[in-house]
Amino acid sequence: MKLVVAIIKPSRLEEVRQALTSLDVHGMTVTEVKGYGRQKGHSEIYRGTEYAVHFLPKLKLEIAVDDDLAEQVATAIREAAQTGRIGDGKIFVLDLLAVTRIRTGETGASAL
Amino acid sequence: MQLSKVLGGATLASLLAAVPALAQEAAAPAAEAVTEAAAAVVDKGDVAWMLVSTMVVIVMTIPGLALFYGGLVRAKNILSVLTQVFLGFSLISILWVAYGYSLAFAGPTEGGLSAFFGDFSKFFLSGVTLESTAATFSAGYELPEMVFVVFQLTFACITSTLIVGGIAERMKFGALMAFLAIWFTFSYVPMAHMVWSGPGLLFNMGAYDFAGGTVVHINSGVAALVAALMLGARKGYLKEPIPPHNLVLTYIGTGLLWFGWFGFNAGSNLEANALTAVALINTVLAPAAGALAWALGERITRGHASALGAVSGAVAGLVAITPAAGFSGVGGAIVLGGVAGVICLWAVVNLKPMLKYDDSLDVFGIHGVGGIVGALGTAIVANPSFGGYPLDGYDMGGQFMVQLTSVIVAVLWSGVVALIAMLIVKALFGGAKVSEQAESDGLDLSTHGERAYN
Repeated sequence: MKLVVAIIKPSRLEEVRQALTSLDVHGMTVTEVKGYGRQKGHSEIYRGTEYAVHFLPKLKLEIAVDDDLAEQVATAIREAAQTGRIGDGKIFVLDLLAVTRIRTGETGASAL
Repeated sequence: MQLSKVLGGATLASLLAAVPALAQEAAAPAAEAVTEAAAAVVDKGDVAWMLVSTMVVIVMTIPGLALFYGGLVRAKNILSVLTQVFLGFSLISILWVAYGYSLAFAGPTEGGLSAFFGDFSKFFLSGVTLESTAATFSAGYELPEMVFVVFQLTFACITSTLIVGGIAERMKFGALMAFLAIWFTFSYVPMAHMVWSGPGLLFNMGAYDFAGGTVVHINSGVAALVAALMLGARKGYLKEPIPPHNLVLTYIGTGLLWFGWFGFNAGSNLEANALTAVALINTVLAPAAGALAWALGERITRGHASALGAVSGAVAGLVAITPAAGFSGVGGAIVLGGVAGVICLWAVVNLKPMLKYDDSLDVFGIHGVGGIVGALGTAIVANPSFGGYPLDGYDMGGQFMVQLTSVIVAVLWSGVVALIAMLIVKALFGGAKVSEQAESDGLDLSTHGERAYN
């Protein structure tokens, strides 16, 4: 099993969700995060003080999938989340050792 | 000017002493109406207006100023600001009736220290009865003294709580309350006496201060600057971002301040008449011009006209028109507001970083500098050629010098008192600043044991 972790622009969430539903992915976790990569921040000015804001708001998606679905999911996310401009984000695929469904106690692939 | 201009005699000034006004037989012919023989009238319209003005000025502080400041600080400190303003108001209101009113407005009309202080003859409002009266600017019209007492109370409270902006996010609560009590006693009260009371030094020099450019704005602005300098900066000032946590609150606070300012400026006419409407319309136009000027200035110099800039410009305009409200024509109000908008923008954006002081919420930049602009500008906008309403004997050049003198007196007096008050509270409280850990945790948690947002 794999855990697909994607950092995307907040405005692309709905497109990514729709793309994944059509792939038969049944769940994801979304967290609001801040971060930067090559996209520099912006500056904000309040009266006499200018602040360089280094961290930009992003969303982190975590989706647990079967090994054979991982690559399709990553591709689908990439296509849905892409805008072509700096700051589109990144996708990481991690090994997932165990999964348990809390309600029933099922483990492994049937718990995904 | 809160005290009546003396129309050919000390009759009205004496009404302000402890002697209650007595109703006279109205038999004297009209020609003698100027002397005390004519019956003085308490007009219910005037009283109703003044009581309403009193109430709206209270709204300026609670919650106007509290929210204006609250939105500008970090979320972890908002309750501390709200509480400092709230309890500051509560404290000063009590001190006002205890001895503040007496020292500001009672006492001998000449001799001794009467140019600077009143006396304790009206301690806890003794002698203020249902019959005693205070003068207005119109001969023959008076207010019940209690109306004047409570109207003036609101001024004492807002002036003192304005200082909270300069020391926000890092001062010990007890030290702040002690500082406000000392500063109120030795700076606010004497300034009110000097500018608005019959024997007052600046009143007798002919200073024009309709609603408190010197007594309120310069006084508190300079005190905030001195307190900020002596307290030291917030941790991380100029190194980390300390942006406002909720400018929507600041916007709401501005609206309440503007609304209450109608009572502040127009109520300072002490009657409900045409000049009251002049003061009121000036209090619409000057902040309007100030907001536009600040916004335009920001747009030109920094690329964006910000919401914070617009509301700050409005406050700058309101501050500047305060001493001029009943002296200026509408053109003068617009120009004065616009000029204040630009100069205060400069003070906040350029002067503060140049001198590196941490006046957290720009009390000096807006109230101090705006008050100076307004006090000096009053001499100019009062000119009848600009549509102004000067008093008898007005001469623009001479008036400007009088205004300048009153500005210098206000700056020096307030600065020295604030300095001494800070030294005292630092000694009494073992330092006036909270510990680094407390500052880091936020005063809401460390001083008040609360969180604003759960």
